[in-house]
Amino acid sequence: MLGITKSFGQVLANDHIDFSVRWGEILALLGENGSGKTTLMNMLSGIYQPDEGRILEDGQEIYIRSPKDAYEHGIGMIHQHYKLIEVFTAAQNMILGLDDVKMDMRQVDARVREICERYGFEIDPSMKVYDMSVSQKQTVEIVKVLFRGANILVLDEPTAVLTPQETVKLFKVLRNMKEDGKAIVIITHKLNEVMEVSDRVSVLRKGQYIGTVETSRTNPQALTDMMVGHAVSLNIDRPRYDNPQTRLVVEGLTCVDEEGITRLEDVSFTANTGEILGVAGISGSGQKELLEAMTGLYPVKAGSVRFLNDKGEEVELIGKTPMQIRRTGVGMAFVPEDRLGMGLVGSMGMTGNMMLRSWRNGRGALLKRKDPQALADRILEELEVVTPGTEYPVRRLSGGNVQKVLVGREIAIQPSVLLTAYAVRGLDINTSYTIYRLLTEQKMKGVAVVYVGEDLDVLLELADRILVLCGGRVSGIVDARTTTKEEIGLMMTHLGGKEVNG
Amino acid sequence: MNLLVTLITAGVTFGTVLMYGTLGEILTEKSGNLNLGVEGIMYMGGAFGLAGAFYYEKAVGAAASGPVAIVLALLAAFVAGCAASAIYSFLTITLRTNQNVTGLALSIFGTGVGQFVGEFMRLSEGGYVALSNHLKDSFAAAIMPDFLQGIPVIGPILFSHTVFFYMAVVLAVLMHLYFTRTRSGLYLRAVGESPATSDAAGINTTRYKYLATIIGGGISAIGGMVYIVTTAGCVWNHEGLSGVGWLAVALVIFCIWRPLNAIWGSVIFGAMMIMYLRVSLPFMPQQLYKILPYVVTVIVLIFTSMRNSRDKQPPASLGVNYFREER
Ligand SMILES: Nc1ncnc2c1ncn2[C@@H]1O[C@H](COP(=O)(O)OP(=O)(O)OP(=O)(O)O)[C@@H](O)[C@H]1O
Ligand SMILES: [Mg+2]
Repeated sequence: MLGITKSFGQVLANDHIDFSVRWGEILALLGENGSGKTTLMNMLSGIYQPDEGRILEDGQEIYIRSPKDAYEHGIGMIHQHYKLIEVFTAAQNMILGLDDVKMDMRQVDARVREICERYGFEIDPSMKVYDMSVSQKQTVEIVKVLFRGANILVLDEPTAVLTPQETVKLFKVLRNMKEDGKAIVIITHKLNEVMEVSDRVSVLRKGQYIGTVETSRTNPQALTDMMVGHAVSLNIDRPRYDNPQTRLVVEGLTCVDEEGITRLEDVSFTANTGEILGVAGISGSGQKELLEAMTGLYPVKAGSVRFLNDKGEEVELIGKTPMQIRRTGVGMAFVPEDRLGMGLVGSMGMTGNMMLRSWRNGRGALLKRKDPQALADRILEELEVVTPGTEYPVRRLSGGNVQKVLVGREIAIQPSVLLTAYAVRGLDINTSYTIYRLLTEQKMKGVAVVYVGEDLDVLLELADRILVLCGGRVSGIVDARTTTKEEIGLMMTHLGGKEVNG
Repeated sequence: MNLLVTLITAGVTFGTVLMYGTLGEILTEKSGNLNLGVEGIMYMGGAFGLAGAFYYEKAVGAAASGPVAIVLALLAAFVAGCAASAIYSFLTITLRTNQNVTGLALSIFGTGVGQFVGEFMRLSEGGYVALSNHLKDSFAAAIMPDFLQGIPVIGPILFSHTVFFYMAVVLAVLMHLYFTRTRSGLYLRAVGESPATSDAAGINTTRYKYLATIIGGGISAIGGMVYIVTTAGCVWNHEGLSGVGWLAVALVIFCIWRPLNAIWGSVIFGAMMIMYLRVSLPFMPQQLYKILPYVVTVIVLIFTSMRNSRDKQPPASLGVNYFREER
């Protein structure tokens, strides 16, 4: 791709980018949120048309006017926000647009199974997509690309929602494809993955092409500096808070879902002021239910959640509405998997979205605009949101920047208990560290922070104590300063382990 | 018993009108387009359908044959409906105007055009347009053999209807097979669910949206024609047609977007609409009967949303325009 330029209204997303990938290599494409990675790749897959520039394949200029053209050139893409028809089965999704595949679903199912078996994936071809978990959907996307076959494969943050085990499988597939001489581009914000799987790394910054380096000759720190443009520190500072007090006591919490399956069983722990309590566990072990139950969004079958305020008074939270819980000062920065669907209104700007949380503060029928405006400005600056302005519809922001708006807003409420889940999912390294810093700041102000995370390394560095969930039960609570990754990994898969009261 | 049989038979007559309107709109909505112009489209279908048969008879005189008149009426109505929904398609798909607003505008426009054509025929023919009794009879004739019609109870319920009813049933079955069995039906549903996904998979979303909406409009229009040539007795009658299109839109929801449900759904709706004639209770005002179908639709909506089944939802992108570079 040569001299590619693309702008959306006043946003220049790609500015004369020269980008190339060779046959038989895995190229990682790096860049901060909103630096134009998705845009660049979408031009390869025919979703966007470049304003300027040329695309060459084997030295010949090719024209990609539609996704169909891209398919005919053997270009396959896994999109950042997955593209699947929810009411169709996995197999039906695979054959969309493939006019030359027979409509015999049994045959299609068999082929899907065969691909799954060969590469070690597990999906049921006749399962409806809406019944699938997020990581299953991602797996379907991957199998779909394999099913359709591609010589040039683009993966836009494929690992954001995968478990580590699934990521390992995916990388094995990618290496196999590389051996076959295919060209692979992978976008990810996880630098350890970049180091593990890629041959070369290309870096974009603010829509501009910065350079390409051999993976073997670089390291995460150097890559981060390249991405951000100045040196950043990749260390998390973990100060101790002087006088921790119990803030939240959870006892015997049990939740059962609509189908009668027990999601949480007898979960007990405390959250203290001035402390970050990390929550680890294989995805789907009850993290989501735990946070939702604590904020009144999930029905609780048994158990209690008691909130202790500064004066030592106890308030029982179970049985209260989310609004009442919020008023007692339990804030939840829950970052839903579907960012635009659950947390933000896509067509409104940042200010408008800030107001969704604060409109009750206005007097009478009139809204107060000044405070939300100030807050939007602050988030814009602190988290370096890439947007033309606070009035720009958030739907048009890049995936990571949407996330920043959401997380920023939730942290800014200044609650006395802050619950976060997957707060850094899809965020670039620099912003992730900013979020860690903000959380630590909150902790030092005496907030009790509960942080549900996927990255064990980060949990070990950021949290004070770590609660490990395994199949909806507490596998153990350990001191993050003394435990090891191996110990937590073991506790995630097997109930048990030693109990340390921090 | 007798009352029930007559109610059902009458329900089928009016239900046939609704069935076309509904089937057409189901096809349209499956592509993600919410065409609220059905009311106008059915008006146009009624007026042009009648005009087709009327001018045919005027041209050939007494030699006019029933079957030919039926085909011409069908064609005229279908083409008129296609033309009307082609305008809608161009506005919403190519120019991306708001679907609700465009549909409402088409509704007003279509009723106007239908009225105009109907009145024009009436005035230019000196006050009264009507087909000869011979043609009227062939439109209204029951086509099944006598011995079938003669079976008690079942005969009148199943076999005493016009050709239009049986065509509509066949159409519903064909549409069902199309949606569930064919590749292109699968693609069409995909487009209605998520144009972005279908587009990325290489499906020509624009073509599917255009075709489904235009053909859907044509089918809906046939409903208007059927009303004029059966219930209204081949006379332009705009009063009887008013509200039928809206009923069809409600019926689409009642049928949860499934063509097969449209068969019995429209008969029930049809029966509800004429109930005030057959089983009138002295203390119930007529208008209360007429809101029955809408009340039932609301109840169905409540039930389907309570059951929360993902398969019974409207096409996910219904009412939303698609532009590839927008997100
Ligand atoms: N369809 C669109 N309409 C308007 N603006 C857009 C559109 N697509 C992208 N942009 C803008 O282009 C810029 C680059 O976005 P892009 O999605 O390519 O970033 P990215 O590098 O993929 O970021 P992330 O890591 O957060 O996914 C952003 O500022 C975004 O707001
Ligand atoms: Mg992106």
